[in-house]
Amino acid sequence: MPSASSLSRNKLVWPLAALACLLIFNFFFTPHFFHIEVKEGHLYGNLIDIIKNAGPIMLLAIGLTLVIATKGIDISVGSVVAISAGVVAIMLGGDLGGVPRHPLSVALVTAVLAATAAGAWNGILVSRIGLQPIIATLILFVAGRGIAMVLTNAMVIWLYVKPFAIFGQGYLFGLPFSIYMVVGLLLVTWLLTRRTAIGMFIESVGINPTAARFSGINAKNILLGVYVFSGFCAGLSGLVVCSTVMSADGNNAGNLYELDAILAVVLGGTSLNGGKFYLLGSMVGALIIQTLTTTIYAFNVAPEISQVVKAFVVYGVSLLQSERFRRRIAGVFVKRGAVA
Amino acid sequence: MTRKLLNSQSLSILVILCLFVLMFGYGSFAYTGFFSVQNFFNLFIDNAYLLILAVGMTFVIISGGIDLSVGSMLGLGTMLASSLVEKQHLNPLLVILIVVGFGTALGFFMGCLIQLFDLPPFIITLAGYYLARGLCYVVSIDTIGINNAFFQSAAHSQIKLIGNNFVSPSAVIAIVVVLAGAYILRFTRFGRTVYAIGGNEQSALLMGLPVGRTKIMIYSLSGFCAGLGGVVFTFYTLSGYALDGKGMELDAIASVVIGGTLLTGGAGSILGTVLGVLVYGTIQVLIVFQGTLNSWWTRIVIGFLVFLFCFLQRIFEARKSATAVRGVSQASAPTPPGAALQH
Amino acid sequence: MAEEAPVLEMRKISKVFPGVKALSGVDFRLFRGEVHAVMGQNGAGKSTLVKVLTGVHAQDAGEILLEGKPIRPDSPFAAQKLGISTVYQEVNLCPNLSVAENMFIGRQPMRFGSIRWKELNRRAEEALKRLNVAVDVTLPLSSYSIAIQQMVAIARVLDVSSKILILDEPTSSLDEAEVERLFGLIRTLRQQGLAILFITHFLDQTYRISDRITVLKDGLFGGEYKTAQLPKLELIAKMLGKELSEFSGAAEGAAQKQKKGEATPVRAEKPVLRIRQLGLRGSIAPFDLDLSEGEVLGLAGLLGSGRTEMAKLIFGIDSPNQGEVQVKGKKTNINSPHAAMMAGMGYCSEDRKNEGVLGELTVRENIILALQARNGVFKHIPYKKQLEIADRLIESLRIKTPSAENAALQLSGGNLQKMMLARWLATDPAVLILDEPTRGIDVGAKVEIMELILNLSRQGRGVIFISSEFEEVVRCSDRVAVLRDHVKVGELAGPEVDEPNIMRTIAEGR
Repeated sequence: MPSASSLSRNKLVWPLAALACLLIFNFFFTPHFFHIEVKEGHLYGNLIDIIKNAGPIMLLAIGLTLVIATKGIDISVGSVVAISAGVVAIMLGGDLGGVPRHPLSVALVTAVLAATAAGAWNGILVSRIGLQPIIATLILFVAGRGIAMVLTNAMVIWLYVKPFAIFGQGYLFGLPFSIYMVVGLLLVTWLLTRRTAIGMFIESVGINPTAARFSGINAKNILLGVYVFSGFCAGLSGLVVCSTVMSADGNNAGNLYELDAILAVVLGGTSLNGGKFYLLGSMVGALIIQTLTTTIYAFNVAPEISQVVKAFVVYGVSLLQSERFRRRIAGVFVKRGAVA
Repeated sequence: MTRKLLNSQSLSILVILCLFVLMFGYGSFAYTGFFSVQNFFNLFIDNAYLLILAVGMTFVIISGGIDLSVGSMLGLGTMLASSLVEKQHLNPLLVILIVVGFGTALGFFMGCLIQLFDLPPFIITLAGYYLARGLCYVVSIDTIGINNAFFQSAAHSQIKLIGNNFVSPSAVIAIVVVLAGAYILRFTRFGRTVYAIGGNEQSALLMGLPVGRTKIMIYSLSGFCAGLGGVVFTFYTLSGYALDGKGMELDAIASVVIGGTLLTGGAGSILGTVLGVLVYGTIQVLIVFQGTLNSWWTRIVIGFLVFLFCFLQRIFEARKSATAVRGVSQASAPTPPGAALQH
Repeated sequence: MAEEAPVLEMRKISKVFPGVKALSGVDFRLFRGEVHAVMGQNGAGKSTLVKVLTGVHAQDAGEILLEGKPIRPDSPFAAQKLGISTVYQEVNLCPNLSVAENMFIGRQPMRFGSIRWKELNRRAEEALKRLNVAVDVTLPLSSYSIAIQQMVAIARVLDVSSKILILDEPTSSLDEAEVERLFGLIRTLRQQGLAILFITHFLDQTYRISDRITVLKDGLFGGEYKTAQLPKLELIAKMLGKELSEFSGAAEGAAQKQKKGEATPVRAEKPVLRIRQLGLRGSIAPFDLDLSEGEVLGLAGLLGSGRTEMAKLIFGIDSPNQGEVQVKGKKTNINSPHAAMMAGMGYCSEDRKNEGVLGELTVRENIILALQARNGVFKHIPYKKQLEIADRLIESLRIKTPSAENAALQLSGGNLQKMMLARWLATDPAVLILDEPTRGIDVGAKVEIMELILNLSRQGRGVIFISSEFEEVVRCSDRVAVLRDHVKVGELAGPEVDEPNIMRTIAEGR
């Protein structure tokens, strides 16, 4: 029997293969897809775009991986991104001269704190009140946009505070700044989950919350923790999103992000049923989605139509994860009598 | 007798009725012109589409499922209706048939995925949310205005009732759907099977009920209501706009939940849902009369109400299980994803 | 009962699954107006026999004759149509629907496409009255106890006009009063001429209600007997396929006790658990309990007497509303399993599958889980040490698994129980609570577990041992606390500990 670690290596094979297929497709059909050059002091090209644009989703996917591992879900992440963007925009202010209303560090911290508080709200609903995660996070999915719109007074706030631009538009050693944020968060999360017992506890809670609790694990706190963390990730993501366009649009910020993030996690090998989770897989999943989106753009298909494609990818992946489906497909190919 | 009156279902209806009366009463006191028979009828006229959506959603939630796609499907309905009538110049009645049929077909598709392959409803319908929305843009990126005479008359007709007060054809359609829904739930085998599935799907299967067929029909019905809701919405706006219906699934779910239907399934009623829609409509009117509040506050209030009612439902459940006699569990099937702690 | 032709006859039934011969040439007869019990250990083939009869499986060999005519049902619905109805241990009804609706759902009386509710309620009331059950049929099923729910389930299947009723472990979740009520119903049905197939693992109930017994052992036919002509001991022997001395009664029990007493001097002066007036309203009446180092305290009582509730209260799974607990002399507030564990306690749940085992995790992870929870989140146990601990326990408990890295769900029942034991032993607990550790395990593994329990007490730990089999409780315990109806009614110590005394204490209290 393969050991647990080789199994996780195995799990990474499928998402990587899918990504490879997409890249190969683009190699043949998209001109200059792999072309990278140095422009304005940093790397430039389609591949760099993919990494840069995937940043916000990758940040969300890290938090969502842990939530899904506990057999939960968080569909409020898009709305929380909008809240975070709204808060940082208000704190910085739209002064044309670029003078921030509050110091940059204060604005950043407040925005992330607000998002983390939203995550705590979700966590309390799920762990203390016992609401189903889909319902609990549905509330913020609805109300969160309302909160963001009320915060920004339903107007788009434009920012001119130059230092803030680094999150979404800056480059460090030639690579987009956001990628460093992703790598940093990934490293911290990996350390937290694999070098402490948190990872095993999260998996236990996802596999069987009752058994986990009876073994002395504080399941309630684990659940609270993963939703708080998801909120925190959404806060970081909101900073990048806001910084990318130097504006906060309560209505559109983070739009569709929840689907993208869930899809990334699912593509990466973590099952919606909870249990074992794969952070690296989620990262590959996010890259797959971004590559898919970029491919669609390259073929001049209207961006809104990418939703249709993504929806079908979700259907496809869900089917593949479904036992019943796999059995039926196997039944089609295997000769009668060989299946028990 | 008292046992029946005190049971949770009657209690929920009582609570929501009180809530509605309180809100309508508050509005009548605080704002002149608020209280009138016409304003009451307006609740039905302005929210006819929501009533229809919510009826479909009631069936879904009673069976223990959820449908996040109805808002987008309503939008797709408006796009298809306006496009077919204005661009293809098809007969309006035929167009209505096509739109409703398409909604039913999409619902059927999702129902099949959910039932045949045991996939979680929230993921399949969440993907449907994006699928239908994307298809809206495929139909047309720009708004399509409707000039067709049939639609125009449907939009402007007034059906006089008591005194000088009137309702619209949409409101009548909505009431018909409400009555049909209530009848189906109470007096047909299909309706009772919906309750059974929500109560304990395993048992329903073992009792020989056509669970698979029923579940697929439930999602098809939800799709049907979304399509019909879209048609009714075009009567209201006389246009098709790709963002129509954004967020309406939440309004429908909210109406159903605050109307007393348990999110865990097995209990609920159309009457409660209607009251829920009336409460939703009243909140919107209150905000308009108030004048200064950003209309986005409706979202926040609705979100809060959903939270409040879910919270109360949880307390009720917890109290019931603490004093409960050992018996059949609500769901003996393995917990689906998105449903973590069940104390 | 006159010997007429049997209403059902199963001849030389065989059924093979990959790797196991579930049934080999089994005969079975069912007569009208009789209750026929099928007895056998786990894996004997009882449930396979029922599944063949109800059409879930098709037999590989042999035939089934219903009223002399051969039948071959291909699904439970087909079997039902033939008149063979089954009611399972888990009441398969919908708790949110009314009693009447549960009885008729799927076949409600209709008129012009509408359900006739008045008619439905009336018919339900009548059907239940025929069985001497009088309840308000318009109330939801969940408002009634599980005993009533079961009777509704029986009424439902019988209303579809049955010749044969199969009851599969119907009494597992019932208390004594409810069992008697159910038996009353069964007697009524028997009088009405129904043929009843009764599956249970409760020996006493078999003798109370059945007229005939068929014994199965490892898929083989062990004989059909009239109940009145089969002594209990002989039945047990036939079920085990041998004359095992372990089950031959008090004398042996006493000898075992003496052997145990010599090996483990109970250090009564060293109390490890001191409980005073611990109680939870609606769950357990306030009770006192003392446990010393090296002592095994048995909790004895009938099903539903509250033993598991007591255990869950002690371990903090439920929070008490009064009372105090002292562990190793220190007053502690036990309000969660985590707190109980930190105080030095361990708990193996009776529902291994749903409350204990984490199937997708490896055996190693399952074993070190509680220990890691006790260390806390940040004091991570390095992989090498985890492996060391796991291997040590796998060896000492003789857990059969190819390696510690196998997924736990691959283990058999007995080994899963040992793995759960290992999980708590890794935390070196002062007190270990074992709830039905021998349930659902084959005889050989049962003996191993009981040896392990004695070992634990030898190591100086305090053990609270719960088992439905009084024989086991008597064999392993130094003292026994007796429960009835969620109240601790008495305690037995030393030479007083034997089955008759336990049963007398339950009946009369002390």
